[in-house]
Amino acid sequence: MEYTNKIKKTIKSLEQLSKSQGVDLNEEISSLEKKLSKIQPEKYSEWQDQKKRRTPWERVKIARTLERPKPQDYLEMIIKDFIPFHGDRLGHDDHAIVGGIGYLKDIPVTAISTRRGKDLKGNMEANFGMPHPEGYRKALRLAKQAEKFRRPVLFFVDTPGAYCGIGAEERGIAEAIAKNLYELSDLNVPILTVITGEGGSGGALALSVANKIYMMENAVLSVISPEGCASILFKDASKAEEAAASLRLTAYDLYEMGIIDEIQGEKDDFNDNPQPTLKELEQKLYNDIFHYAFMDEEKMKDQRYQKYRSIGFFETDKNQFPEKILPGTNANKNKGNSQKGNHFFRDLRRLFGLKS
Amino acid sequence: MSAKIQDIIQKFLNTRKERFKASVPDNLFTQCPNCKKMIYRKKIDKNHGVCPECGYHLKLTNKQWSQLLFDEGSVQLLFEEFKTVDVLEFPKYKEKLDKLYEKNINEGVTTGKARIEEIPVLFGIMNTEFILASMGSVLGERIASLFEKGRSQGLPVIILSRSGGARMQEGAVSLMQMTKTAAAAKRFSNAGGLFISLIANPTTGGVTASFAMLGDIIITEPNALIGFAGPRVIEQTIKQKLPEGFQTSEFLQEKGFVDLICERHHLKDTLRNILKIHQY
Repeated sequence: MEYTNKIKKTIKSLEQLSKSQGVDLNEEISSLEKKLSKIQPEKYSEWQDQKKRRTPWERVKIARTLERPKPQDYLEMIIKDFIPFHGDRLGHDDHAIVGGIGYLKDIPVTAISTRRGKDLKGNMEANFGMPHPEGYRKALRLAKQAEKFRRPVLFFVDTPGAYCGIGAEERGIAEAIAKNLYELSDLNVPILTVITGEGGSGGALALSVANKIYMMENAVLSVISPEGCASILFKDASKAEEAAASLRLTAYDLYEMGIIDEIQGEKDDFNDNPQPTLKELEQKLYNDIFHYAFMDEEKMKDQRYQKYRSIGFFETDKNQFPEKILPGTNANKNKGNSQKGNHFFRDLRRLFGLKS
Repeated sequence: MSAKIQDIIQKFLNTRKERFKASVPDNLFTQCPNCKKMIYRKKIDKNHGVCPECGYHLKLTNKQWSQLLFDEGSVQLLFEEFKTVDVLEFPKYKEKLDKLYEKNINEGVTTGKARIEEIPVLFGIMNTEFILASMGSVLGERIASLFEKGRSQGLPVIILSRSGGARMQEGAVSLMQMTKTAAAAKRFSNAGGLFISLIANPTTGGVTASFAMLGDIIITEPNALIGFAGPRVIEQTIKQKLPEGFQTSEFLQEKGFVDLICERHHLKDTLRNILKIHQY
C-alpha cells in the first residue's frame, strides 16, 4: 500500500486547491478516487507475493530475452486476416514499426506494433526495435485512418526507445513523438495499448496514449534504461540492478501508481507456448473494445484525457514558499519599499549621530 | 639555464594573475562562453544577457526573463502551491529537493499571468537551476493547469522551455507528464487558444518531445541546443563525432521544425506583434 497514502495526499491537496482558487477539479479528484478503490486491501498479500516472485532486474532481463514472443507475434496470433501497410506518406517507411488492419475476433481493428528480431539478422532489419520519426508518423497516419473508418486502434509495444542518431534528429524525432501524444490524446476511436516487453521512455510512450494500458507480467516501462540511470546516478553502469529497483519499472509498481490499468499474467512456459496466455489477452481486449465502443464518444475521449491528467504526485503547501521569486508581484514590491525605507532612516540616524 | 629562468618568470606571472583574479569579485566580470572575452557584468545585464562583443546569448535567470518579456509590475504567479513528493523514494532525491528549497528555488517552472504591452497572457518560464528543469509531477501539473486556465479564460499561453528532459527520479510518473501536457495543449488548441513556444538553450528529451514542439508558433533563441537525445548520447551510440552546428536552432530551422529565430532584443516586440495579429 505504498502509494495509496500518496494518492490520498494528492487528492487532499487538489481539494484544498479547488477551494482556495475556485477551480473545478472534481473530475480529476473522482478519477483519482477511482484509482484508489481499484487497489483492494483484501487482495494485498496475494498481490505482494506475485510482485516479489522476481526482482525488478530479473524482470528487465526476461523482458529483453530473445526467445520471448515479440510484439509482431502478438499481431500474428491475435489479429486475424492481418494486412500490413507501409509508409508515412512523407517520403519514408520504417521497418521498426508494423501496422495494418485486420480482425480482433470479429471486430475490424487497426493494429500497430513495434518490431523486434529474434536473431541478429532480424534485429538489424528492425533496427533493434528502435523506431525513427517516420515510424511514429506511420503509426499516426494509420491511427487517423482508423478514426475515419471508425476502427478501434490496438498498439503492441516493445522497444528500447526511439533511435538516437543523426538521421532521427534531422527528421525531427522529438516533433514526431510530440505530435503522436498530441493527436492520439484526442482520437475519436478507442485506443488500447499492450506493453509486451521493454517500454523504453518516449519511444514507447508515443504508442501508449490509450484508454487502457495493459502490461505483460514481466514487461517493464521506464523513463530511462537501468544502465543509463546507473551511469548517470551512480557513475557506474554496472549498478544497473540497483537502478532497476529504484526506478520502479515493473508492471506491479506501475499498476499501484495508477499508470497502467491491467496486468496480463504469463504462464510458466510463455516463451515456448504463448498461445494460452494470448488467448486470455485476446478475450480481455475484445471485452474492453466493446466497453469503450458503446461509450459516448466525448465520454470515451474524456476518460482517456482524465487518465493521464490525474497521473502525478504532489502536495500543496502554501507556507513553504512565502516569498515569490519573480519581481513585480505585490509581495515583493512592498518588501522592496520597506527595505528602502529602513535604509533611509538608518542613514538619517547616522547623519544626526544617533545609534540605532 | 634560460629555460629555468623562463620557468621562474612564468611562475611569477602566474601568481600575479591569481592575485589579480582573487582581488576581483567573482560577479564583477563574466566570461563569454563563445568568444572567451571577459565582459563587465553590468554591461551584459543591461544588454539582456547578450554578449556585446559577439552577440552570444548567455543564460538568463527567471527574474531577468520576466523583466525582458513582461510589463513592469504585471506579473502574478499561479499554481505556486504544488510541491514535489518523492514518490519512488529514489536515492538522494529528497536531499536534493531540500537543498533547492533552502535556496528558495521552488520548481523547474514558474507559471503565472502577466501583460505584454497591456495584452494579458499566461506564461511559464522554466528554471534550469532546479534539477535542470526536468519534467516531474509538479512541472507537468503546472503546465497542464496553465493550458486549462488558458482554455477557460481565453488567454494565450507562452512557455519558455529550457530543460534536460524527463525527471529520472520520478520514473514513469515523469514520463506520463509528457502525455499529460501534450493532451492539455491539444484541448487548449481545440478551443482556439494560441500557444507560442519559446525555446532557449538547452532543451532536450521529454520537454522537446512534448509541449515545446507543439506550439502554434515556435520561436527559438539563436544558437540554442535543441534536440531529443543529448549530443553525448548520440556520439556514444553512433561512435562518431557530430557535425558542427548539429542540433542548434539554426539547424532545426533549416530542417523545418522552427518558425523563427529571434534575438532577445526583438523578442518582446515580436511577441506583441504576433499577439496583435491574433486579435488579443
